[in-house]
Amino acid sequence: MTLFDIFKRRGSAPQARERLQLLLAYERTNRNQPDLVALLREEIMAVITRHVKVDQDDVRVTMDRGKTTSTLEIDIQFPNAGAMAIAI
Amino acid sequence: MGKVVVVTSGKGGVGKTTSTAALGAALAQTGLKVVLIDFDVGLRNLDLIMGAERRVVFDLVNVTQGQAKLSQALIRDKRIDTLFLLPASQTRDKDALTEEGVASVIAPLKAKFDYVLCDSPAGIERGAQLAMRFADDAVIVTNPEVSSVRDSDRIIGLLDSKTLRAERGESVNKHILVTRYDAGRAARGEMLTIEDVLEILSTPLLGIIPESQAVLRASNLGSPVTLNEPNNAAARAYIEAARRLHGETVPMALPTDRRGFLDRLLGRKAA
Repeated sequence: MTLFDIFKRRGSAPQARERLQLLLAYERTNRNQPDLVALLREEIMAVITRHVKVDQDDVRVTMDRGKTTSTLEIDIQFPNAGAMAIAI
Repeated sequence: MGKVVVVTSGKGGVGKTTSTAALGAALAQTGLKVVLIDFDVGLRNLDLIMGAERRVVFDLVNVTQGQAKLSQALIRDKRIDTLFLLPASQTRDKDALTEEGVASVIAPLKAKFDYVLCDSPAGIERGAQLAMRFADDAVIVTNPEVSSVRDSDRIIGLLDSKTLRAERGESVNKHILVTRYDAGRAARGEMLTIEDVLEILSTPLLGIIPESQAVLRASNLGSPVTLNEPNNAAARAYIEAARRLHGETVPMALPTDRRGFLDRLLGRKAA
């Protein structure tokens, strides 16, 4: 840390402020309507389990909400073709 | 016709009960007739903060269910003649309260008192929604901390949608009361500033209560801080907030870090 850093040091409050503004902007627009990401996750899962037997434990869902776009990752592990029970 | 004011926050532990007691006592001390209602059914604490815990006979649920008359359940403060308390039930479950029941208590109180202060339970469930249901004004108690500000935003959303006023197309007058403010930490960028909180919540400010040891001393003794140490900085801030709530224009002074050089050196906290 240089002497200059001591003077320009800012605490964690600006980050708190930025995080809150981002979060609340999202929460305010999504208030009183179903969470789109949760809805997508449920419907996608419903489609998959209709065709493939998947254990809930083998599903990993991650989400990252950004300022303008969000990503939803659904990572499903299912058995190989031989052991797979396909129910079409 | 009196005014119904809900003291709410969403988050627990930010100072709703302390603020209800302090504001209520400050209002009553000016001669106004004030009643405090504890809505925290099952976890009542306003009686303890007011020092009336040994005088509770009947409670809010008893009144709404017709087991006691309103006049029997009201506890008159021993220090201020015009201050009354309607305690919450300690034993019942939280579903014991109904909207009709609450309405039947609020209406006569509103007719008789200048202020009906409703101390909301934490959370956004039924109890909190019933506490705000009939409110004309809302005091949203907020700490300068991310989780508290977020929860205040949720509560503002509820005040704008779930209250009787909102349903009638009117609105509840909302005021932010920032509590546990540490001017030194805010100046050093370690704590959200008042401007940050107000800008994020875009709601007018009722007062800034500095972090103070007098608040704990007051609760230890069962006396609102505005009565127990009226000259303390936190108490004065509450007294001014009460005057603003009553419609007076009182200039807002930002608390400053008043510790001396030696205090800083020794790491002493604010008084």
